[in-house]
Amino acid sequence: MDTIRPLILSESASAPMPIGRVARAYLQETRSECLRYLRTPSFLLPTLLFPSVFYLMFGIFLGHSNGADAPRYLLAAYSTFGVMAPGLFGFGVSLAAERESGLLMLKRALPMPPAAYLLGKMAMAMIVATMIACLLLAMALFLAHVPLSGAQIARLLVTEIFGVLPFCALGLLVGTLIKGAGAPGLINLVYLPMAFLSGLWFPLSIMPKVLQQIAPALPSFHLNQLAQSAVGLGQTSPLPHVLALLAFTVGFLLLAMRRLRRYG
Amino acid sequence: MKRSEAVLARLQGARKAYGKVVALEGVDLALHFGELLALLGPNGAGKTTAIALLLGLIRADAGQVSLFGMDPQRIQARRNIGVMLQNAALPATLRVGELIRLTSSYYPAPRTLHESAQLAGVGDLLRRPYAKLSGGQQRRVQFALALCGRPRLLFLDEPTVGMDIEARRKVWAAIRHLIAEGCSIVLTTHYLEEAEALADRVCVMARGKVVSEGSVDALRARVSLKRVRCMTRLEPSFVRQWPEVVEADLDNGHLSISTDTAEALVRRLLDADAGLSALEVRAAGLSEAFTELTRDAGEASTDQREAA
Repeated sequence: MDTIRPLILSESASAPMPIGRVARAYLQETRSECLRYLRTPSFLLPTLLFPSVFYLMFGIFLGHSNGADAPRYLLAAYSTFGVMAPGLFGFGVSLAAERESGLLMLKRALPMPPAAYLLGKMAMAMIVATMIACLLLAMALFLAHVPLSGAQIARLLVTEIFGVLPFCALGLLVGTLIKGAGAPGLINLVYLPMAFLSGLWFPLSIMPKVLQQIAPALPSFHLNQLAQSAVGLGQTSPLPHVLALLAFTVGFLLLAMRRLRRYG
Repeated sequence: MKRSEAVLARLQGARKAYGKVVALEGVDLALHFGELLALLGPNGAGKTTAIALLLGLIRADAGQVSLFGMDPQRIQARRNIGVMLQNAALPATLRVGELIRLTSSYYPAPRTLHESAQLAGVGDLLRRPYAKLSGGQQRRVQFALALCGRPRLLFLDEPTVGMDIEARRKVWAAIRHLIAEGCSIVLTTHYLEEAEALADRVCVMARGKVVSEGSVDALRARVSLKRVRCMTRLEPSFVRQWPEVVEADLDNGHLSISTDTAEALVRRLLDADAGLSALEVRAAGLSEAFTELTRDAGEASTDQREAA
């Protein structure tokens, strides 16, 4: 008899949750994740300040000595540099911390839709990316007086907002490899060399040949190419770069999922 | 068949090892409708692993695990449960009300924010950020999150650690309220009085196995130990050498002895110290029962090692 009873119980137990309520779970998760990080100055301030201070120094004060196109070139480069951070740190550091603190375990035990967890963090990273791109665009337009058309502005914004996604996936992967307090250090070890090697600080053309050949293996190189062509400096077709970024995102995501499923 | 026999969650022959360390060795455990099952046992007994299996956090190496007749890793199964884990740091910058609203959103028919907060006794904390709360207040917020989804089965892992006596009583009252509503509860605790006060059934685990299962009274009755207390000039170290004595200690100036032959012990005590006073013989409490059960399990496994 005991084997029959659980079946009867499970019928009412598995009554589907209304779609509206599932959507609410996604919304609440996103809202909480955004609130949580926007209220954490130690996350938000460096993320916003680093690219804007760099741009102010090298793109605006010292920019014109590097040629007429320097403020334009560096707008795209520092936007790319800027949006890497919310993806890498927002996912990597928070996943590493949440695995350590037991929050991830609690969320896995609760009936949270697993995708809501990822979408919440993604939305947070995209909002911060929007803030960074807007900040740098405002500086470019009103301080450096870079002439940009409406279409160029829109294209740069879209590029940077979606461009955060491969770095979310990479951050997720790094977050599954390390727990707790070591994460920010490790992520900086990924972040800073990657920015340098993709030509975000110095144009690739002035760098040794070897480094120029390594660059296409990095997602930030492709995002930078897209950003440069958005502001009118690229000669290449955007499609290969979009495909490369897509492939990076899917690849990192699959690896991260495999590790999460195995080790939790 | 009575409704109370309905099984909500079950482990059947569940086995789990972490590398060479066997955490669970073929455990059978069934959780019935409307009951509070207390899971007791020393650290490393396998309680946490058993709970983690039922929550779908880990997979069993062998055996069956079911939650509402389903694999616990299915979200449909977990929409019926509430969870309070032992160490979970919630987002520090979110306010209590936001945390409850977020957790409620995972469930099909949650309680209102106000109702959850009232039940867990955090009604006055709703606008406070989580990080600004005391340890006991944080535990109560976690309790609110566990009950906010109107779960039919609640997992509480050491719910009252770090609470003062008054807060603990409030949580007990809330737990009784939930049971009266028809909620079933799995409770792990180090506080035996907590199990004694709340549990319908007690399951004692040791070394990855269930060593005893039954009502609190049945558990006490299974244990033959009696407790003898008296004022005497005899030293515990001297008394411990007698064959009738299982354990002897000084307790508030009284000599306190565990024994399974109270009559013989009392005779010998009176012979040894004619001036003995305040003599008292009691049946074992849950605490003695627990000591004896887990000690037996320990001896059994030592024997096995010696035989091997």
